[in-house]
Amino acid sequence: MSLDVNGVSIDLDDDGYLIDRTQWTEDVAKALSVTEDVEMSEQHWEIIHFLRSYYEEYQIAPMVKILAKEVAKMTGVEKRAASKMLYELFPSGPAKQACKIAGLPKPTGCV
Amino acid sequence: MSASETPLLDELLKGPWPSFIKEMKEMAETKPMVRDVLRQLEKSYVDKKTHWKHGGIVGVKGYGGGIIGRYSDSPEEFPGAAHFHTVRVNQPAGWFYTSEALRDLCDIFEKYGSGLTNMHGSTGDIILLGTTTDELEPIFSALTEKGWDLGGSGSALRTPSCCVGPARCEWAMFDCLDVCQELTLFYQDEIHRPSFPYKFKIKVSGCPNDCVSAIARADFSIIGTWKDHIRINQEELRKAEAERPGYILNAAVLLCPTRAIEWDGQEMKIDNDNCVRCMQCINAFPKALKPGVERGATILLGAKAPIVQGALFSSVLIPFMEIEQPYEEMKELIEEIWDVWDDHGENKERIGELVERMGKGEFLAKIGIEPDVQMVIHPRENPYVFYDEYYEET
Repeated sequence: MSLDVNGVSIDLDDDGYLIDRTQWTEDVAKALSVTEDVEMSEQHWEIIHFLRSYYEEYQIAPMVKILAKEVAKMTGVEKRAASKMLYELFPSGPAKQACKIAGLPKPTGCV
Repeated sequence: MSASETPLLDELLKGPWPSFIKEMKEMAETKPMVRDVLRQLEKSYVDKKTHWKHGGIVGVKGYGGGIIGRYSDSPEEFPGAAHFHTVRVNQPAGWFYTSEALRDLCDIFEKYGSGLTNMHGSTGDIILLGTTTDELEPIFSALTEKGWDLGGSGSALRTPSCCVGPARCEWAMFDCLDVCQELTLFYQDEIHRPSFPYKFKIKVSGCPNDCVSAIARADFSIIGTWKDHIRINQEELRKAEAERPGYILNAAVLLCPTRAIEWDGQEMKIDNDNCVRCMQCINAFPKALKPGVERGATILLGAKAPIVQGALFSSVLIPFMEIEQPYEEMKELIEEIWDVWDDHGENKERIGELVERMGKGEFLAKIGIEPDVQMVIHPRENPYVFYDEYYEET
């Protein structure tokens, strides 16, 4: 699979994740969000940027609970409501969809 | 499908026991994907390794779990097995179906998938084995239209499950089907939107016979018990002794784990303070012995299979809880536990492992429960530990 962004061909794996993470730009994120049926709002971008800076610091995607805590902090809602909100923003799930748009590696683990 | 295509699998068709190969071959006649899965399995038997890729990211909109991605590592060779995702469907409490419901499920899965089912997986869910990514949204709509919903997977609350309980069993100490149903409906968010450090399982057994193996498999095990004394019908015991001399001694007295039973040939005495409610004597003499009448459940915490650390059994958290709708006390306890786990649990750390790492004393303080002697898993083995009282005395 590949994606054409501003004339540059971006290689994606079978699940649609970036193969070369250095190719990520905001335009790539926008193009990925279109394939995921997600309309990017300011809140979406805040989460994407948080994911990227967390990954840069720790070289691992954050656990959903850490992401939920961050969203709770960002929006002032309670932790459990924040987790629900994450799924409203990224209907296929923060781990799967938000990480994909943020250009992070595919979450591992199984059932 | 010709027999020569899968000679190793055909070995499994021999002998007196039924084999999944038989069912799959039948299905392969109408479903090409099943044929490819069988061919791939044959290759795995030859190569002595699996040809499924590890994991995979699939799902339906709005849900973070319920479908487990399965991809072949040789899609060119086995195109039908390229995608073979597993769909977990939340089972009804106690696994009671109408035949119409079963027909619906089979029709849906023959239309959108391989038609193969696993009733039920060890999680308790209805398992629909093998479908493709394109069919996931259609199968999800078809299921929900008939009133079904997906079960749990990933780092989430897994589909709660329970034994058949009072629906068919005289030993059920409370309505475990209702508890299971209520917890399932109440915690839909936690089932469908994974946000825990790792999986969390709730299983509900109506009595200490524990037919869903809650104590061995569930992070949060709810097991029926009683508080008062075992009810004894001495007349029935004397009858049993006359019918089968010595059986009471062998099946009750000697097998009692705490040696709490005395039997002189005429009368049984049970030391109820030392009875651990294991049900051994009651199971052996169901006419003569019956559980007490003050009934409820013991709540145990922490069972898991070995992955990061070794296997654990659940251990007692609440020795006796009255089980009454709408189960507020239980829900508060569950949420208290989740909060502590959320704050202190590491990635892929089960609650039982957290309690071991943190120490039960500290964990109890954090969830606001007083320690009790019944929570002790086994007595201290190291004799070189001295309490303050020892030094005061000497």
